[in-house]
Amino acid sequence: MGLQLERDFLNEMTWMALVFHLSRKVTSLVPESCLLILLGLVLGGIVLAVAKKAEYQLEPGTFFLFLLPPIVLDSGYFMPSRLFFDNLGAILTYAVVGTLWNAFTTGAALWGLQQAGLVAPRVQAGLLDFLLFGSLISAVDPVAVLAVFEEVHVNETLFIIVFGESLLNDAVTVVLYKVCNSFVEMGSANVQATDYLKGVASLFVVSLGGAAVGLVFAFLLALTTRFTKRVRIIEPLLVFLLAYAAYLTAEMASLSAILAVTMCGLGCKKYVEANISHKSRTTVKYTMKTLASCAETVIFMLLGISAVDSSKWAWDSGLVLGTLIFILFFRALGVVLQTWVLNQFRLIPLDKIDQVVMSYGGLRGAVAFALVILLDRTKVPAKDYFVATTIVVVFFTVIVQGLTIKPLVKWLKVKRSEHHKPTLNQELHEHTFDHILAAVEDVVGHHGYHYWRDRWEQFDKKYLSQLLMRRSAYRIRDQIWDVYYRLNIRDAISFVDQGGHVLSSTGLTLPSMPSRNSVAETSVTNLLRESGSGACLDLQVIDTVRSGRDREDAVMHHLLCGGLYKPRRRYKASCSRHFISDDAQERQDKEVFQQNMKRRLESFKSTKHNICFTKSKPRPRKTGRRKDGVANAEATNGKPRDLGFQDTAAVILTVESEEEEEESDSSETEKEDDEGIIFVARATSEVLQEGKVSGSLEVCPSPRIIPPSPTCAEKELPWKSGQGDLAVYVSSETTKIVPVDMQTGWNQSMSSLESLASPPCNQAPTLTCLPPHPRGAEEPQAPLYPPSDPRPSFAFPPSLAKAGRSHSESSADLPQQQELQPLMGHKNHTHLSPGTANSHWCIQFNRGSRL
Amino acid sequence: MGSRSSHAAVIPDVDSIRRETGFSQASLIRLHHRFRALDRNKKGYLSRIDLQQIGALAVNPLGDRIIESFLPNGSQQVDFPGFVRVLAHFRPVEDEDTDLDPKKPEPLNSRRNKLHYAFQLYDLDRDGKISRHEMLQVLRLMVGVQVTEEQLENIADRTVQEADEDGDGAVSFLEFTKSLEKMDVEQKMSIRILK
Repeated sequence: MGLQLERDFLNEMTWMALVFHLSRKVTSLVPESCLLILLGLVLGGIVLAVAKKAEYQLEPGTFFLFLLPPIVLDSGYFMPSRLFFDNLGAILTYAVVGTLWNAFTTGAALWGLQQAGLVAPRVQAGLLDFLLFGSLISAVDPVAVLAVFEEVHVNETLFIIVFGESLLNDAVTVVLYKVCNSFVEMGSANVQATDYLKGVASLFVVSLGGAAVGLVFAFLLALTTRFTKRVRIIEPLLVFLLAYAAYLTAEMASLSAILAVTMCGLGCKKYVEANISHKSRTTVKYTMKTLASCAETVIFMLLGISAVDSSKWAWDSGLVLGTLIFILFFRALGVVLQTWVLNQFRLIPLDKIDQVVMSYGGLRGAVAFALVILLDRTKVPAKDYFVATTIVVVFFTVIVQGLTIKPLVKWLKVKRSEHHKPTLNQELHEHTFDHILAAVEDVVGHHGYHYWRDRWEQFDKKYLSQLLMRRSAYRIRDQIWDVYYRLNIRDAISFVDQGGHVLSSTGLTLPSMPSRNSVAETSVTNLLRESGSGACLDLQVIDTVRSGRDREDAVMHHLLCGGLYKPRRRYKASCSRHFISDDAQERQDKEVFQQNMKRRLESFKSTKHNICFTKSKPRPRKTGRRKDGVANAEATNGKPRDLGFQDTAAVILTVESEEEEEESDSSETEKEDDEGIIFVARATSEVLQEGKVSGSLEVCPSPRIIPPSPTCAEKELPWKSGQGDLAVYVSSETTKIVPVDMQTGWNQSMSSLESLASPPCNQAPTLTCLPPHPRGAEEPQAPLYPPSDPRPSFAFPPSLAKAGRSHSESSADLPQQQELQPLMGHKNHTHLSPGTANSHWCIQFNRGSRL
Repeated sequence: MGSRSSHAAVIPDVDSIRRETGFSQASLIRLHHRFRALDRNKKGYLSRIDLQQIGALAVNPLGDRIIESFLPNGSQQVDFPGFVRVLAHFRPVEDEDTDLDPKKPEPLNSRRNKLHYAFQLYDLDRDGKISRHEMLQVLRLMVGVQVTEEQLENIADRTVQEADEDGDGAVSFLEFTKSLEKMDVEQKMSIRILK
């Protein structure tokens, strides 16, 4: 029998799953929650038919302890906090006033119905019983709302109001339910006036207490994650553990547990996200989503299954119909009344269509069901009728309203949410607007919402963030920076996607890879001719012309070196429960990925600008020429084209020695392993400064490049010979010929990626010398781009700085650099000095002007 | 009500101000009250120092620029009509504002004017364009210390590039408007109490 049952179950499941998967049409029309409930009904029916009794039930204990918390945590944690607080007034009104209104009106109306004789006399219930029923049936259910509204895609404001209401009304529901329940148990005759007062007082205690518990745990959580740098592996666990602890604590203290978890998620997110590693972030996100959707699935299935058990409920048509009509009617009435009041205070009033959707979106769900199951049959004789009514109400709202809300939203032409990619401009201007509004409120002398938000942000910046965030994590939470970072990642990834074949670069026009037949065009003379304006045709430039061929050879040499992968190395097998290290394969993949990424990014910049350029100012030029990255990018961005050659040719090579690598390998375990995408190019400064290897190297310690040996030509290059003492110059930007204005773009994306990807160190770096590239001193045309140092991340080792280079312009921001440069290592820099065994060393093709 | 109208009489040219700014009588009275409170020595105008006295403006990263926007064309003082004219940019857009007859000048709180107000906070040299340098300055004010100068420059570059359509390396007002096409500026640049 049992086996039979099991098989039936499995068959049914697979069949349904197949149906779900096969017909997208079904799922696009019918919300998943409906399908799940129906599936649950079918399953329950089968079980009932086979076993003659209902085996499974939605147990209130299971529901409140295990199924509900993940869903609430998920919704609290991923709540768009800005939107939430922008609409907090409306949300609170609907959650508190609306729920109270619904509970009392529904309860009273049902009682009236009974008095009028429309409810069968066998339903033995007094006013208090009906009020109790009203209190549990009136609350909009977060699970149901989330399940349905996520698929409807109404505009954000509408969504956050309905959804926020469903989350926050929990406190009211819990209080009302408990108060009514105790009144019923005491018997209506024994209730005194003070009890009512207590009920009101407990509303505040429960809601505020729940929120306070949540915030305390949010604080603890944020503070704890601040110190998990060495135990990254427990970060996700901490998040779940503390959030759940908040839930249990609130539940134990009879406070609103849902509110506690919501506030915990809402409050901690900003700090936790900044503190925990990238991988932990991903883990938290997906675990949370998975848990929530699992719980949701189980809840709806169990709802369907439990409904089949007819021994639990008793039907009364008058009660069921009356309840259905009343909850719809009073919900609508309540929404209209409250919206009318709210619109007096709202900047953007909620219009009629919004109100319709809000009324119609008041879905009831598993919370109501679990509460009604919890009722005591001896105290509430009409429990069975209430159970039946609740089931019908839940099914009606989830299935009928859930099915029809999508067409309704379409038909009413409710403003849908539109997803557009964030742009830096929008982000920046939005911040500007916020500050402007705060300032204007100051000027007007009205301390409104913007004023307080501004205040809060200042407080947060000054104290909270200092306390709860790692020093190194500040940047990540800056939203402008964040958008910038994400944009760069997106560009990079889209380029990998576009690229297809990685090494066959023939079809690609990469600035770093002049194709064989275009070598002639890249020659310096050609460049000069191309660039047209002779603005910087000074003698020194002409000097370099002579060696243009050498230069190209060297470029090719390093290009080939860079293009080849280093033979596989063996890695230490590290096996630990608490530290994850990438396996060799992963590293290898990364290595390949990084190489490609690097190239793509370079080419991306040029192509992007090309498009811009041609769009705005079509220039008669052979397309063949356009392939020539150097010449092309030189004209980028419509900037004045009188760049000298010395700007366009900066070939920088990196050599990383084996020893460096070894060290990185051995110390790997204690380092962070949290970089998702690591881009290879690191600024010179970083490499020079770090005794401890930078984050990118830690994660991917295999060299991305074969240490190129200098070509003969390089060794004897005329511009080298003059400045032997300047020879040591490291950059990981291997074999690049990137023209200056392209370099700006290149560096810009690179440095952002690398600086985020590499774990910043906590201590202030001990190094003293980190002037940015003192460009002004050596370039006559520097004033052309006064604020832009195209290679700002380049720096010189101390010895170089002393070697007569001027860094006057940079000395001013030197302290700041030290403070802020998170990429610097802090251990030692002994082996950085040129000439030691494990030195980085590099050759720079100096610019013509210095010859 | 009687006290209100007598109060309104204190404001010079109250009717023309109302026509120009669209403020309600009550708002104007409140603003005038505020204006006089800010005006320390009853000069009849606000000086730069008066505005700088407003506490929270000092910590607002854009505070100086906003004060500047109240003082037109480098003058050091602003009278009440000028004061109200600036604030009128932040009046919420109402239904009756949208169906204006074309003869009337565009109301101060139109989307375009709201955007223009923001734009001129960026455009320090008033050449109608936000240059890379100007963008960088704003970013420096906004982003705070946690990002290095170099990264700021990169962000500034990217921001300009993103909005820049004609490739002149600067953001014109048109490009500025376009970059904010999708944003609900009417909502984001309005303050409810300024009806």
